[in-house]
Amino acid sequence: MKRKLQSLTFWKIVAGIIIASGLYATYIRFTQGLGASTHLSDQFPWGLWIGFDILCGVGLAAGGFTLAAIVHIFNIKRFEPILRPTILTAFLGYVLVIVALLFDLGRPLQIWHAIIMWNPHSVMFEVAWCVMLYTTVLALEFSPVVLEKFNLTRPLKIIKRMTAPLIILGVLLSTLHQSSLGSLYLIVPEKLYALWYTPYLPVFFYVSAISVGCAMVIMESFLSSKAFKKGLEMNLLTEIGRIIVVMLAVLLTMKLMDLSNREAFPLLLLPRWETYMYWLEIGVGIIAPLVLLSIPKVRQNSTGLFAGALLVIIGFVVNRLNISITGMEAWAKVSYFPSWMEIAITLMIVTTGFVVFSLAARYLPVFKHGADPKAARPHGFEEELLYLSQSRHVEVV
Amino acid sequence: MKSQRALLIDTTLCIGCNACQDACKAQNHLPVGEEKKLTATAYTALEEHDGVFVRRMCQHCVTPTCASVCPVGAFTKTPEGPVLYDESKCIGCRYCIQACPFQVPKYEWSNNYPRIQKCRFCAERLAQGLPTACAEACPTGATTFGDRDDLIREAHKRIAAEPGKYIDKIYGVQEVGGTSILYLSSVPFEQLGFTTKLENMVMPMYTWNALSKIPSVVSVGGVFLYGIWWITNRRTEVQRLERSLENLDKKNTNHNDN
Ligand code: SF4
Repeated sequence: MKRKLQSLTFWKIVAGIIIASGLYATYIRFTQGLGASTHLSDQFPWGLWIGFDILCGVGLAAGGFTLAAIVHIFNIKRFEPILRPTILTAFLGYVLVIVALLFDLGRPLQIWHAIIMWNPHSVMFEVAWCVMLYTTVLALEFSPVVLEKFNLTRPLKIIKRMTAPLIILGVLLSTLHQSSLGSLYLIVPEKLYALWYTPYLPVFFYVSAISVGCAMVIMESFLSSKAFKKGLEMNLLTEIGRIIVVMLAVLLTMKLMDLSNREAFPLLLLPRWETYMYWLEIGVGIIAPLVLLSIPKVRQNSTGLFAGALLVIIGFVVNRLNISITGMEAWAKVSYFPSWMEIAITLMIVTTGFVVFSLAARYLPVFKHGADPKAARPHGFEEELLYLSQSRHVEVV
Repeated sequence: MKSQRALLIDTTLCIGCNACQDACKAQNHLPVGEEKKLTATAYTALEEHDGVFVRRMCQHCVTPTCASVCPVGAFTKTPEGPVLYDESKCIGCRYCIQACPFQVPKYEWSNNYPRIQKCRFCAERLAQGLPTACAEACPTGATTFGDRDDLIREAHKRIAAEPGKYIDKIYGVQEVGGTSILYLSSVPFEQLGFTTKLENMVMPMYTWNALSKIPSVVSVGGVFLYGIWWITNRRTEVQRLERSLENLDKKNTNHNDN
């Protein structure tokens, strides 16, 4: 118990430091501009905020549309118990992406211009619209939880009747913008390093988003099962593990075919920084989890499944950072490393996400289908943080 | 139709006097002082490559990448030739900086309400029928102003007249589908820091190829997903119906038993 408490205060302090430094960085960002707060430059105009907060943020929230499609369109209802928390994380994820965008945009107060000033030739325009619409769709998909809480039966009925079209709309919007984040880079054929630049960028972005979305579903289930002391739907998660195997296999095959079509295989052996980073991304994020999760014993074992999902997520993040940062450095002839303020603000945003999720999970019927509704109620905010701290230990092991 | 305005920059005539930059800075009210590369306060700059001076500036592409990538359409290609930036629209996403194949747009990083800065092709002067400030200031004729078609003809003439002096290429005729700034040189362009891979690469087509598929993805995808939903849910309906029929049967038998 004593150790528990120590660990708790430790993580409280860490969270406190993150929020405090994040707020200070926020102040500098909005009073002195991007130059004073970031390491961005004319040579390197997109950094950590685009690479991690936006590209990874949107991708990691892909569990929402994947699982919604599985449950409502493919009608595999046994996955329903984990749908609500997944939708909630997706919704929070998108809101945080928009928050991060406000930090990154040079003129954040004009963000609404995208609504009235159209340029349909711009990928960025399309992404902006999809993100806007999809965030609304996610809010509607999650709304039954809030409506249930306050016993508003009439709107609840209306929303329930809209479920199918809403889910279909969500899947379409996700398909569009998940892939379009890759299309953003189609315009820089001579800048992005050849290991990553391919006309198939949008397809790769889409397929990898689905696999990482599934990995996030597994991850979230683990985290919440610990935080809220509820059982783990191991059989469901094992099946999701299978989906990941398929998606990773598809992704790997496509990547190999693409490299061979572009005759880019020799690049894999060049002694360059990009080569190592590419191998890291493929090895950790695709090959390792593909092998691991193909083994039934690993897939059915909670630690094995967790490790597999974690690898997919790490590999995904490395991939997005490679495309947005590693792959652009050689051309720009500068090396970019984010400033401490860019990092602090990113960490603050992530921390906020965790906190809001646990609050929402505590006060709203998110785990409605949990085995025991009482058990689904967390034992307090402290426990949640504690649990988060423990999960970190697991990761280290 | 009148052809677009353009500049012909003959690097063999440039003596590196910096008059173009000075005139440009005066015209655009930019802080004075020589700058060696494009910045937010220098719309044009002279680069020296082995004794050859090369003027850098916005190329005012015929199909501009910046205009295609900007989500709010802050860039427009005017019929006269200039590619113009409207700061009142800009949201500051910096996609234009990222995408420009010539690394032209520069950002006011130290400004808390930053603008993109780049050459405006003296649009106001053009409207009055005047040449650009830089062309007017150039003492040697290294920068000449005119109609694009005329200037291309003039460039060909110069190459034909002195084939030993020039390499047989006008940079800007084919690059990214054509630019309004044309260059002549005595040495291969890659030696002057030009990107030579851009021939016929109309950049906006790269993204448009993907964007133009959206209607198909939405319509086919929508029908497909709805179809799957219809099939899978039909199965549930049938099951539900069967179950209720069974229940009914049971009730009936019970009833008969009584
Ligand atoms: S920074 Fe401004 S001008 Fe450039 S693409 Fe973004 S919104 Fe358009």
